[in-house]
Amino acid sequence: MTADILDGASAGAPAPRPVLHPLSRRIMHWLNALAILLMIGSGWRIYDYYPALPLDFGFPYAYTLGGDLSLSEARNNEDGLANALAWHFGAMWLLVLNLAAYLAVGVLSGHFRRDFLPLRLAAFRDDLVAALRFRLVHRLGEYNAVQKLLYWGVLAAILVTILSGLSIWKPVQLQALTWLFGGYEFARVVHFFGMAAIAGFIVVHVSLALLVPSTLFAMILGRGPRRTHRAEEPRP
Amino acid sequence: MTRRSLERKPLVAGIERRLFLRQTLSLGALAMLTGCDISDGDQVQSVLHRLSRWNDRAQAFLFDRQRLAPSYAESEAVRDFRYNAYFPMEAVPKLAAADYRLELAGLIADKRPWTLEQLYALPQESQITRHVCVEGWSMIGKWRGARLGTFLERVGADLSAKYLGYSCADGYYGSIDMPTALHPQTIMAFGFFDETLPAKYGFPFKLRIPTKLGFKNPKWVTTLYVTNRPTGGFWEDRGYNWFSGL
Repeated sequence: MTADILDGASAGAPAPRPVLHPLSRRIMHWLNALAILLMIGSGWRIYDYYPALPLDFGFPYAYTLGGDLSLSEARNNEDGLANALAWHFGAMWLLVLNLAAYLAVGVLSGHFRRDFLPLRLAAFRDDLVAALRFRLVHRLGEYNAVQKLLYWGVLAAILVTILSGLSIWKPVQLQALTWLFGGYEFARVVHFFGMAAIAGFIVVHVSLALLVPSTLFAMILGRGPRRTHRAEEPRP
Repeated sequence: MTRRSLERKPLVAGIERRLFLRQTLSLGALAMLTGCDISDGDQVQSVLHRLSRWNDRAQAFLFDRQRLAPSYAESEAVRDFRYNAYFPMEAVPKLAAADYRLELAGLIADKRPWTLEQLYALPQESQITRHVCVEGWSMIGKWRGARLGTFLERVGADLSAKYLGYSCADGYYGSIDMPTALHPQTIMAFGFFDETLPAKYGFPFKLRIPTKLGFKNPKWVTTLYVTNRPTGGFWEDRGYNWFSGL
């Protein structure tokens, strides 16, 4: 009887949609998103206490992470920096451990090699021109050359931001790293622009995901929505 | 069923789900950005507190007793060093040199208080190192003083104890780990450049610890003690990380 029902169901239904993002990747993606948001939110408040750049510029308090200022004053007689630092140095573990797992799985599973490589200049040029003319067709589960370069770029930005952050956190124990980033003061500037690059990526990445919502679906549920997928499926 | 309704149904469901997911996401992002609720809850505070204790251990593990903080040329050091305390400069404690006594307590064999004259007789050395504030600013200065490790040996402190605590004339207090107290660059700084340490920088002495953030460099020190019990500190009790090593 069970077999009958299953048969009946599968006869009219389309073939199962392939999994584009395995569960592990989806979990790591969203943990990474959470960690990056926590790091940037708390980092913005930390920045505001003593800006690394010689500019009259600060992040609006409402967009920073670290709790309510008046509550912090009332409860701790402290002006809100301690909480932001606690978030920053707490979330860094989530960021680093999750990223390490992502890199290990990406290399071992062949995800990087299969999906992010090869990266060819000609393909990048063609895809970029097509993208700027809004002619780049997005095939779910396939990474075009612009995407590939963006993903390598944001990975590099995250790594540089983590390393420059470590060099600010431990300028004595890791002084060789601090020296590599041009000394304590300059490492703060590098850390800031690393954040800016990641933030820039997020703007592009989220905009594109909202323009092509099937990608958002795939990153949440693992598969694209039914319609999109059917349209793209090659004939057997 | 007609063909039409078959097609439409999953599409509508899909849109609803999509909207729901998008709303959930933006709600989460909003909560995160405004911060208030997620930061100020007691449970979140307790998780952050435990992570901070974990970071104490991680930093103690990273701390190398032999590694020296970088030294700089005297031309890079700032004479007009930033005055920094939790009160205005007019409120700076002005201790009389003749009346000053450094009190000792806890796991120390000889707890007799020290006069300034006795302290000045200790072997002294200079260092030109970077002072790094938890807020992000940093400044290179030149300090002269006696190694804290030498002093602790002289008074028969239990060097296997966990903490060295301090309290100050301005009500400031705190503690550091013993390995840092015994670090060769941890000094009782009696001088700034070639003069006696001015009142605004901590006369009669500040603990100059170039392997710690600035707030772990107490000024106007009046008591030192050795203990195995964690003590917290002025800023630490207000949510800052205790180890705060560099």
